[in-house]
Amino acid sequence: MSSFVINNLSCQRGYNQLFSDLSFRVETGEILRITGANGSGKTSLLKILAGVNIHEQGSIELDQHRVKSDEYQQEVFYLGHQAALSAELTSLENLEFLSALNQPVKRDSLIQALVDIGLKGYEDEYCANLSAGQKRRVILASLFVSNAKVWLLDEPFTALDPKGVEIVENRITQHCTNGGLCLFTTHQDSALPNQRMISL
Amino acid sequence: MNIYLQTLSRDLRVALRNPSSILNPLLFFIISVSLFPLAISPEAATLSQIAAGIIWVASMLAVLLSLNALFHHDFDNGVLEQMVTSHHSLPLLILSKITAHWLLTGVPIILLSPLLGVFLFLDEEGIKVLMMTLLLATPSLSLIGSIGASLIVGIKNSGMLLSLLILPLYIPILIFASSAVSQAQFGLDISGQLYFLAMFLVLSLMSAPFVSAIALKISLE
Repeated sequence: MSSFVINNLSCQRGYNQLFSDLSFRVETGEILRITGANGSGKTSLLKILAGVNIHEQGSIELDQHRVKSDEYQQEVFYLGHQAALSAELTSLENLEFLSALNQPVKRDSLIQALVDIGLKGYEDEYCANLSAGQKRRVILASLFVSNAKVWLLDEPFTALDPKGVEIVENRITQHCTNGGLCLFTTHQDSALPNQRMISL
Repeated sequence: MNIYLQTLSRDLRVALRNPSSILNPLLFFIISVSLFPLAISPEAATLSQIAAGIIWVASMLAVLLSLNALFHHDFDNGVLEQMVTSHHSLPLLILSKITAHWLLTGVPIILLSPLLGVFLFLDEEGIKVLMMTLLLATPSLSLIGSIGASLIVGIKNSGMLLSLLILPLYIPILIFASSAVSQAQFGLDISGQLYFLAMFLVLSLMSAPFVSAIALKISLE
């Protein structure tokens, strides 16, 4: 059992206090959906939890490991707004590098991950030639091959077609059933079961 | 160590598939050096005296020209964010990017320098020392440059700012490297200059990746 504990977290951007004294706890198997209007601090919260941004106050711990420690970062996968792909590399080369940043994965598993996400035949296609939705699928494939326990997904359904959304939802459910946990933001309707919501 | 090599090969692959990013600084290097004989004097005596200075200034500016691209693309497309959230050491990842930068700008400059040295009537001893100083100091240029590049990564049109930040730090290298070449031309001992350049390399190798990592994290905020 893992628990992800956030205590008294505050975040300020410029003169705006985005949120303060935010505390919550997410246990293994739970899906937490973060909602809020544009500019309410959803992305900032996920970036703080991912260790990209610095938090002014409060504590973030995963099984007693603090944010930014190696043990913590190893268990966390952050999917941001951007595609995180180089236009000069093929889907497979991009995926190889992105997964190596987490843990090395065999080439066959990476090709299988691309097939699973609906990119069969696009393994050797340069990312410059992919559509926005296909680019999104490449980075989602790197999420699916990672063995991170905590998934922090910022608008994971952006640019995906209904079939793509379904694949991602199934993988999130599967991940949480297998002992993972997931925090995500979206403005779209989500049919994920057992999702808890917090509003910023 | 594996991630170091993987990042290095990725960076080299990205750069080789976009050759203009490598060729632009090198062409600038060759063109700027070759304009001096036309503007100053084609006489061997004059040119051989100022050859080391010209080649060193041009190589410094060529490196500066290429530094903007060091982190810029990865910042724009979000790869840097993934590097920062990775459990791998960020300074190590940055060091591999710096190595790729040196292999793509520093090494071609070292290889081109004898040709340009002959062009400016530099004697054999001068060319040898010029290559030695470039070999010792171009890695420092990439390392120190990475600090500036990581500080300005989020700023648009920041070329001027980068020069202002980095050039003062390059000055000691310029002074010691070009004086080594001109002293060698007179047959004087140059070990002092070479030791200084080596010390500068060790210092920047030990500090630049760590400072760049901190600067990158601030830029990503």
